[in-house]
Amino acid sequence: MAAPKKSVAPETSPSKGNGSQSPLEFTRDQELSALRDMLLIRRFEEKAGQLYGMGAIGGFCHLYIGQEAIVVGMQMALKTGDQVITGYRDHGHMLATGMDPRGVMAELTGRRGGYSHGKGGSMHMFSKEKNFFGGHGIVAAQVPLGTGLAFANRYRGNDFVSLAYFGDGAANQGQVYESFNMAELWKLPVIYIIENNRYAMGTSVTRSSAQTDFSKRGISFNIPGEQVDGMDVRAVKAAGDKAVAWCRAGKGPYILEMQTYRYRGHSMSDPAKYRTREEVEKVRHDQDPIEQVRNRLLAAKMSEQDLKAIDAEVREIVNAAADFAQHDPEPEPSELWTDVYR
Amino acid sequence: MPIQVLMPALSPTMEKGNLSKWLKKEGESIKSGDVIAEIETDKATMEVEATDEGTLGQILIPEGTADVAVNTPIATILADGENASDLAKASAPAKPEKAAESAAPAAEAKSTPAPKDASAPAAPKAAAEPDPEVPAGTEMVTMTIREALRDAMAEEMRRDPDVFIMGEEVAEYQGAYKVTQGLLQEFGARRVIDTPITEHGFAGVGVGAAMAGLKPIVEFMTFNFAMQAMDQIINSAAKTLYMSGGQMGCSIVFRGPNGAAARVAAQHSQDYSAWYSQIPGLKVIAPFSAADYKGLLKAAIRDPNPVIFLENEMLYGHSGEVPKLDDYVIPIGKARVVRSGGHVTIVSWSNGMTYALKAADELAKEGIEAEVIDLRTLRPMDTDTIVASVKKTGRAVTVEEGWQQNGVGAEVAARILEHAFDYLDAPVARVSGKDVPMPYAANLEKLALPSAAEVVEAAKAVCYR
Repeated sequence: MAAPKKSVAPETSPSKGNGSQSPLEFTRDQELSALRDMLLIRRFEEKAGQLYGMGAIGGFCHLYIGQEAIVVGMQMALKTGDQVITGYRDHGHMLATGMDPRGVMAELTGRRGGYSHGKGGSMHMFSKEKNFFGGHGIVAAQVPLGTGLAFANRYRGNDFVSLAYFGDGAANQGQVYESFNMAELWKLPVIYIIENNRYAMGTSVTRSSAQTDFSKRGISFNIPGEQVDGMDVRAVKAAGDKAVAWCRAGKGPYILEMQTYRYRGHSMSDPAKYRTREEVEKVRHDQDPIEQVRNRLLAAKMSEQDLKAIDAEVREIVNAAADFAQHDPEPEPSELWTDVYR
Repeated sequence: MPIQVLMPALSPTMEKGNLSKWLKKEGESIKSGDVIAEIETDKATMEVEATDEGTLGQILIPEGTADVAVNTPIATILADGENASDLAKASAPAKPEKAAESAAPAAEAKSTPAPKDASAPAAPKAAAEPDPEVPAGTEMVTMTIREALRDAMAEEMRRDPDVFIMGEEVAEYQGAYKVTQGLLQEFGARRVIDTPITEHGFAGVGVGAAMAGLKPIVEFMTFNFAMQAMDQIINSAAKTLYMSGGQMGCSIVFRGPNGAAARVAAQHSQDYSAWYSQIPGLKVIAPFSAADYKGLLKAAIRDPNPVIFLENEMLYGHSGEVPKLDDYVIPIGKARVVRSGGHVTIVSWSNGMTYALKAADELAKEGIEAEVIDLRTLRPMDTDTIVASVKKTGRAVTVEEGWQQNGVGAEVAARILEHAFDYLDAPVARVSGKDVPMPYAANLEKLALPSAAEVVEAAKAVCYR
């Protein structure tokens, strides 16, 4: 099996994780499953970007392209009943938890078949069925909320784990540290996943953070943390397994800094003045999470044709979702007044 | 000359206390810093330290005496060289020495005031009108509002294992205002949870737990501190049901003292009635009577929506009659006519009712019969009860401790205009807190708050008297 490509430009690429875990080898089934799930997110996001350009999607739209290995790898470490919560760059998380691409896309287009009947939009979507708790538009608000999900698990005495995802930008919010304190104090089973994509909107980590090693952000609370190569789905899964085991054993919270990169702008209206095209291209070329799996599968004698078939299948799902999202009717006007109270 | 030890004030709102125990005997020598007595308020038992040295000459107030007013001489201390024969001098109106200081840890964690003492005067007899929610012949129990709140929480916690309380000092300290007294002992640390001082964080943890299906009661030591948690209350708690298309709600109660206490100045005295009651997705309750505190808090805990439960520190020690019913739950969203009258409608809630009811008594002496409505719930607001009254009286005055601009009184006035304009014989008058940050000085603070006299004046003005 081919080794994942090494980063050669640490200044402009997500560095390799320095965590102690070595990427576990995946079985072929795991590789295929990861490939398919990551491809679904990528094609979905490409389509969402396209629909945004056509005016079918409004408001803010934050694409997850480049970061797919994180949610897919973490999801492989979970069991049914574990909870997931994240911020506004949430489409990938929703698809990874198994939410229906049609419902997600229809929410992006503001239609009645959307997960929130068109009342949430890109940043505010939920699925009780899939234990996905949003989709939150206020940077870092999901961190105390995810801590509260863990609180509920501990209160009930079950062994479920809550995953609270947030970015390198959110990691500078005060409520993150209020949460860290309570989570460790009360030994809450929550994994704080810091998706360090190197830019808080347009401000690079080095311009916004005094401590750029986010795995160390829990040190003063005695929360263990590690940096993970968030471009390698196997490394993510391995780190996820370790963190999940820690939490399920009742040892309290865990921090995973996922070193990753977002290929697209912060949102669709990003002027892209804060980084070079070359920087983006370099990561895409050297470290793409999907290409890494594809290359391993090819090296393991899987045919290009078989891989193309997977892509075609995924494209079909995404096209159907886009089609549904554009033809599903808008919500009934009466929907304006529902769900304010129950 | 012997030194008088005076009954100390242990909090800004304390007027009386019980002298529960003397720890020194007459004739014993006392050093500065010695604990000489224990004083009990309804909130806590505190130790009294001597600030002077000498011999305990005479105990003036025996232990076990209840309701000793602040600044009453409780003992005399003889200085070196003095003896019992000098005691007579002390009984002359001695220039008051400084009161002994409290040795116990300050009750005012985070500089919040301690509550009014239990012996505070009972709330004015409000219920001229029978309470429609209470069957005739129901036995009534007199209890303080503090106890009514505690009982409401305890009953709901017994009833539903998903209900728990979290907040600063709710457990081991027994509540910064003693509202959660005894809950830790009954329900244990799993369900009565002391939080770090981290309002934004624990409000969010509470909301997250509620999203997972638990029913948290989040106590803010005061709502002034909840401004730190405002984003979680509004963006996370109030909006999630809507944003999730009805999938994910949040059954949670945020409760604690709101509005002015006594002498705690601008940052600890704000009334948030108007702020919260503007937000769709929240229910906002602000009761006045002990019975309403109990019945509405039970309703709030059971409600599947986020509820803001605004209490008033000045009322905690007030007593009132609470129906002795197994399950006394008052529906949210119903105002109550607490006094009938045909000349003018006075609309208020929470501590504003203190002024409204006093004013109604005064007005009656002058032949003006005021109908007094206690809103009890600010959102949803019971427009029907207000409008029905105004259609009868043709005149209305609103009374609130909060600021006038964009206040709840303004909303009440607008609803009256929308629904009863043709019935009005005078413009609606608003009595409110003055448009300034709350001052510290006692006289200025009094001026900043509304008064019964202002309500009387406004009522007379709308009656053209």
